[in-house]
Amino acid sequence: MRHVAHMGDRLFARLLAAMAGVVPVIMAAMLAAMTVGAWPAIRKFGPAFFATSTWDPVAGDFGALPFVYGTLVSSAVALALAVPLGLGVAIFLSELAPGWLRRPVGFLLDLLAAIPSVVYGLWGIFVLVPWVRTTLSPPLKATLGFLPLFEGPPLGIGMLAAGLILAIMVVPFIIAASTEVMRAVPTSQREAALSLGATVWETTRTAVIPYARSGIVGAIFLALARALGETMAVTMVIGNVPQIRASLLAPGYTIAAVIANEFAEATDDLYVAAIIYAGLVLFLVTLTVNILARLLVARVARGPGLIRE
Amino acid sequence: MLNPLSWFAALALSAAVVLGAAGTTPAQQPVTLTGAGATFPFPLYSKWSQVYDAERGVRINYQSIGSGGGIRQFIAKTVDFGATDGPMTDAQIRQAGGRPLHIPMVAGAVVPMYNIPGVGTGLNFAPGVLADIFLGKITKWNDPRLLKDNPEAKLPAADIIVVRRSDGSGTTAIWVNYLSKVSPDWRRKVGEGTSVNWPVGIGGKGNEGVAGLVRQMPNALGYVELAYVLTNRMPVGNVRNRAGQFIRPLLSSTTRAMDGALRAIPEDYRIFFTDPEGRDVYPIAGFTWILIYGEQPDPVKGKALVDFLRWAVHDGQKYAPPLHYAQLPKSLVARVEGTLRTVTAQGKALLP
Repeated sequence: MRHVAHMGDRLFARLLAAMAGVVPVIMAAMLAAMTVGAWPAIRKFGPAFFATSTWDPVAGDFGALPFVYGTLVSSAVALALAVPLGLGVAIFLSELAPGWLRRPVGFLLDLLAAIPSVVYGLWGIFVLVPWVRTTLSPPLKATLGFLPLFEGPPLGIGMLAAGLILAIMVVPFIIAASTEVMRAVPTSQREAALSLGATVWETTRTAVIPYARSGIVGAIFLALARALGETMAVTMVIGNVPQIRASLLAPGYTIAAVIANEFAEATDDLYVAAIIYAGLVLFLVTLTVNILARLLVARVARGPGLIRE
Repeated sequence: MLNPLSWFAALALSAAVVLGAAGTTPAQQPVTLTGAGATFPFPLYSKWSQVYDAERGVRINYQSIGSGGGIRQFIAKTVDFGATDGPMTDAQIRQAGGRPLHIPMVAGAVVPMYNIPGVGTGLNFAPGVLADIFLGKITKWNDPRLLKDNPEAKLPAADIIVVRRSDGSGTTAIWVNYLSKVSPDWRRKVGEGTSVNWPVGIGGKGNEGVAGLVRQMPNALGYVELAYVLTNRMPVGNVRNRAGQFIRPLLSSTTRAMDGALRAIPEDYRIFFTDPEGRDVYPIAGFTWILIYGEQPDPVKGKALVDFLRWAVHDGQKYAPPLHYAQLPKSLVARVEGTLRTVTAQGKALLP
């Protein structure tokens, strides 16, 4: 009887190991398929693909630098806006909000996360972009216009609008995951801090956030990964111009957007290969960002013994 | 538990299903034709599919995946027909092998659409002026060349915000083909295609993206399918044709453009009829084609396909204008029918 149970256990373990083994196989297969698809472009442009900024389908000349730049900058803007907001809401929900409020807010957050991105995009064109042009940009230009960050005519569409829409889209992820990890902090931690006479703010700062830090960082990078790959909503508000401009008011372009825009109508083989190459670049950028995130999490998460003060 | 009434309802329902099925069982297997390609004609092809299924019991399953995708699926022979707004290149025709045919279905016009506060519809654009605006050489609405053609309009001293498609599209292919014809500078610097390297402007996704940006950005100028402005009621520009007339874009002036270009339309129909001869023609327009092989592999399907296409260029045309597509002129329909007669399966012509 015992023996049989043992057999079953072993079988179960093998089965699960095989399932887990499928994940790297899928990754490798994707990488291989994309490399094959992108091969004509890789052979023709090589690593210079990352460093040049011409995108001319007619002449068959392709470079992805403006797209890489736009992807990173729009995601950075999104995180700069979404992280403070998301953490603030998460702290409120886990430390301050009365119980009856948590449930409806959680429900609304789920709803926000479940809205399809094309709906965000349409809302972006018809509501967000005019608002950025007429309400947000003029005071920004008036006060901070001397910075290269806010140069140029306020079109409404551009990097700032893309960052804003991405921020709205990723903030539910940051809030939901951060609230979860903060709720998981043992009550004894809070009680210890409170018993030393700490205020709510001090308790949060010294007992809750350090304990939940790795989870919070994880939440932020989950949000970043989503921002990097977001397609429809960004395409509709970023302006789709392959250029590199310091100004956030200027239009830009992202890798995901150029793939979505041009793949369906690309007929020439080299053109298709260049688009797949761009996809490969996005894959690598996402992979790099995630590896960095893992390393960061590993560094900050060496136990909760972080109450250094 | 079911009460007597719902028993009765269930019985009646199952009887109806049995009778209904018996009533519609055709003598032979129902034929389904699958096609894929251009998004522009999708509303019309859906309508045709619905009407044709009801009339002849042949289902047309059309996926609007874009012209490029349509050509690729057609070459890969994964569909019964492809559909495209931009003709196949010579290289693609060689790649396809066999005898690929372009069958024109209807035409669409591409029109300049703008949003200038205080300026209504009907601004006049000379061909070179349009090209120079899209090249970034004319940057202000009160440029002397625009003022000359529009003496009455109160054009502001504002920057022109150029809006164009960001996604590859047949609309773009027609627009830049026209700009290439009227401006050597454009042909040399930008060229033509479904996606090009735009010198200036911002990109909107799809006709709705361009229309959306133009609509809410003062002093913007973009180009969209005629259908889009007819349903959106946005100010539309007149374009000067070869005969020197400023022509309002309408379905009728687009059909006249096809008529005007008729002699120039080659045997294989691979042409954009931009900038044609003729007095009342609107000069920026193009076909949307269905791609089929001249030798059909399956006689039953092949027959159903050419029958459908013959129906489409005859009876099917009446569904075009309500959906804002320009009908083929009569003279062209006769020519297209002649082409359909050349389609064979196992060496035999499929049309009687």
